[in-house]
Amino acid sequence: MGERELSQGAAAAYERKDHTGALSLYIHFPFCVRKCAYCDFLSAPADEETREAYVDALAREIKTAGERIAAQQPGHVQYVDTIYFGGGTPSLMTSAQTDHLLTAVAMSFLVADDAEISAECNPGTADQEKLAAWRSMGINRLSIGAQSFHDDDLKRLGRIHTAAQIGQTFRAARQAGFTNISMDLISSLPGQTTGRAKEDLCSAMALMPEHLSVYSLIIEEDTPFRDMYGSRETAPDPAYLPLPDEDTEREIYHRTWQLLEEGGYRQYEISSAARPGYECFHNIGYWKGHEYLGFGLGAASLYGGARWSNTPDLQEYTEAMSAVPQRDIRRELSVLTEKDRLEEFMFLGLRMTDGISEEVFAKTFGKTADEVYGDVIRKQTEQGMLERSGGRLFFTERGVDISNTLMAEYMF
Amino acid sequence: MQENNQSHIRNFCIVAHIDHGKSTLADRMIEMTGVLTKREMQDQVLDNMDIERERGITIKSQATRLVYHAKNGEEYIFNLIDTPGHVDFNYEVSRSLAACDGAILVVDATQGIQAQTLANVYLALEHDLEVFPVINKIDLASARPEEVRQEIEDVIGLGCSDVPLISAKNGINIDQVLEQVITKIPAPVGDPGNPLQALIFDSLYDQYKGVVVFVRIRDGVLKPGMKVHMMATGAEEDVVEVGYFGPGRFIPCDELPAGMVGYFTASIKNIRDSRVGDTVTEAERPCAKALPGYKKAQPMVYCGMYPADTQKYPDLKDALEKLQLNDAALTFEPETSLALGFGFRCGFLGLLHMEVVLERLDREYDLDIISTAPGVVYHVFKTDGTELSLTNPSNLPDPSQIEHMEEPVVNAEVMVTTDFIGPIMQLCQERRGKYLSTEYIEKTRAILKYELPLNEIIYDFFDALKSRSKGYASFDYELKDYEPSELVKMDILVNREPVDALSFIVHADGAYERGRKMCEKLKDEIPRQMFEVPVQAAVGGRIIARETVKAMRKDVLAKCYGGDISRKKKLLEKQKEGKKRMQTVGNVEIPKEAFMNVLKLDDTN
Repeated sequence: MGERELSQGAAAAYERKDHTGALSLYIHFPFCVRKCAYCDFLSAPADEETREAYVDALAREIKTAGERIAAQQPGHVQYVDTIYFGGGTPSLMTSAQTDHLLTAVAMSFLVADDAEISAECNPGTADQEKLAAWRSMGINRLSIGAQSFHDDDLKRLGRIHTAAQIGQTFRAARQAGFTNISMDLISSLPGQTTGRAKEDLCSAMALMPEHLSVYSLIIEEDTPFRDMYGSRETAPDPAYLPLPDEDTEREIYHRTWQLLEEGGYRQYEISSAARPGYECFHNIGYWKGHEYLGFGLGAASLYGGARWSNTPDLQEYTEAMSAVPQRDIRRELSVLTEKDRLEEFMFLGLRMTDGISEEVFAKTFGKTADEVYGDVIRKQTEQGMLERSGGRLFFTERGVDISNTLMAEYMF
Repeated sequence: MQENNQSHIRNFCIVAHIDHGKSTLADRMIEMTGVLTKREMQDQVLDNMDIERERGITIKSQATRLVYHAKNGEEYIFNLIDTPGHVDFNYEVSRSLAACDGAILVVDATQGIQAQTLANVYLALEHDLEVFPVINKIDLASARPEEVRQEIEDVIGLGCSDVPLISAKNGINIDQVLEQVITKIPAPVGDPGNPLQALIFDSLYDQYKGVVVFVRIRDGVLKPGMKVHMMATGAEEDVVEVGYFGPGRFIPCDELPAGMVGYFTASIKNIRDSRVGDTVTEAERPCAKALPGYKKAQPMVYCGMYPADTQKYPDLKDALEKLQLNDAALTFEPETSLALGFGFRCGFLGLLHMEVVLERLDREYDLDIISTAPGVVYHVFKTDGTELSLTNPSNLPDPSQIEHMEEPVVNAEVMVTTDFIGPIMQLCQERRGKYLSTEYIEKTRAILKYELPLNEIIYDFFDALKSRSKGYASFDYELKDYEPSELVKMDILVNREPVDALSFIVHADGAYERGRKMCEKLKDEIPRQMFEVPVQAAVGGRIIARETVKAMRKDVLAKCYGGDISRKKKLLEKQKEGKKRMQTVGNVEIPKEAFMNVLKLDDTN
């Protein structure tokens, strides 16, 4: 028993922990210094006054949420076990603003002693002083947006920092007392070879972060990159470096995880790897159907069996938050049916390398995975795309490559 | 009672080569005439029309009754009968012509006589119709009416001394056409006192009236309450309503006497009981014999039709039955395919007819259809002395049991400007054509006569002709006979499994080329699958061509956090929807359109 347990990964470890009644919080800071060429997030530059007004609105939203939950269940304070500051560039927040928000959280929710509190940080936007302040406020996990260690690639991506600044920020974070640091990289950049991808990865590993996320570049709609590279149907402008072809892209992808394994990391999701015990619990929550409340512009929530996202309109958001009583800014509210929950359980759970637990499936839905998805499971295992072992279902390496195609088969 | 006076009735049609202005002329004639006679206006038939209008009944314009006030001060009834304009529908055309006493021949003043001009004139003359020509589009800069007039006299032998020179588009000299209808087309003859003898030239299904039968009364009178007998099908019905065709609607009347064109309804339940070409007579007092010329339409082209959604098989059956009412030439019988499930083997007059039916199934019945490769009817002579009419390639016996095979051959005429004789001869050669002769109509134009196997012209011959002649060639054909031929069955294998719906019969000499093209086409039609998929063409178990659909390398979303989940879900739902448009054959997903698309071979050489 012991050995199998050990061989299982992050999802299983997460499932063993008791999350009953726990909630995750996501706090969105939608401002940046400059928009990157690949970025399709809700993010834009803004002046200090706008940022300040926004943080005030955020704090109000957090407080109101706490009050509403308390009103529904008198005497109950909602327990929170992960908090995540995302953006945008949250490291552009002043220490006072961060404090304001964490204080609002502490006044409205019961934050677990061992809560994972992450913040995204861009190189060149936070010095040791700010990082030390964050650490003292309880932020205990940092996610550094490195993206690449080649200055020409960084420039092409529209990043504001150099490769040297990544190291500086990383060392400052260590100095400030961060013992759980993650780093983001983008692979399959324009003109990238397997060699250059390896250089990026090795530079990141040399800093010895606890966690690494490596994303294959996706050309998203409404980004400068989309304009440069055209749609899938139109040929890219020859003036730009070509994107790696599919075979190179997959080679880079597979070599990435191989190198990380060799360096003592364990891949636990399509784009994430960590030293054992340092997996991002907040993110695992998304893939395990854990409830979360998203605060801020455009932020998404899963709570009380429904999904929604906040308005993406900044003015509407700030005005609604200061109105008395506060106006509802939820958009695209959808109450999940059992079918929705089944679909999500599969397509989110299967992102993780150790996939889904058949036991948890049965407990959650009162029927076995075979009863619901027997045909698909049988077909995908026969095709060598899905593996069934130790009471779990997970994609093989080949299955991960074409996971969208496979996940679509779990939709009703 | 003037409208019942045969001398004031004219039944005619307009014939022309495509785009020479047939429908435009018809529109002008309708505009310049009336709908009702003076007596009908007094009878307040308008009330009836309002009811019709409220019920939203409109009729297709196979026939239109016009009331014309001639220059001699008399009122005439014109029954203008439309004829389908395509060689596929020659039988329908011949029945429509049989309902007429004369025809207006429209010739384009810029193009002169074309292949279908001749074909239509000959057809009209075969039916003893009086034909008078008009020259259209005389207002165009490139019009050469004098030359065209000469051509009509020399080639067709129609007198052109008083030919109307018209512009249907701009309404020039249409009055001359209307007057010549009276002077050049004979009035109908027929005795209202004789037993009823009427020709069915069309029919349609109306959801309120049931089957509406279009008839030309030769003898006798057709009235409501009468029991009628269909002489070919043997059906007997009680007539409920008779009437004639106003522009766009039915106008009921008391009776249809000899010489008239109109419709009747009889609550006909079985839609197969009214066949185009059949003769209607009185059950109590039948006429001596049926009108000549009825034949059960002979389909020339067959293909399999399958509902994309297998649940819709009964719907498809119902739709085909309804279509068959308007379309006596359409035949179908159930068949099954390993690849496509339950469907029908359908027979058509030609490829255009097939496309029309597919289009109607889609538009009028909302049915998504997968059709298999169209083929002609082959005669298979077996070694045991028996003979087989082969409409489905899958039913071809083992080669060892085949003594020989025969395929249908047509006599084809291509009219072409001399510049393009070379490319067109080359095309006919490639299509296994046997050259017969070249006849010059004038210095710059000639008719090329060829014998061509029908199966070489049902796919894309028209397109190839058009592209190689830059649109300057016209084409017509008629079935000649069956001739022995070296034919083989080509199987297409996807992932090493033969796909029965893609099998077809091909001449041995062209097999390699066709197989190669099919594989290339199919390779592009099949999206990448999880695994590599070989696409092969085989004759008699021997692989003669192969392509490979490479395996899908990557379909993965790198990022999926809290804010991405709803979007990701929509993406997966869309992907799932896309799969519904696929037909799983073996374990390969083939888009439904692919079955049709692979047949459209590019004519690039």
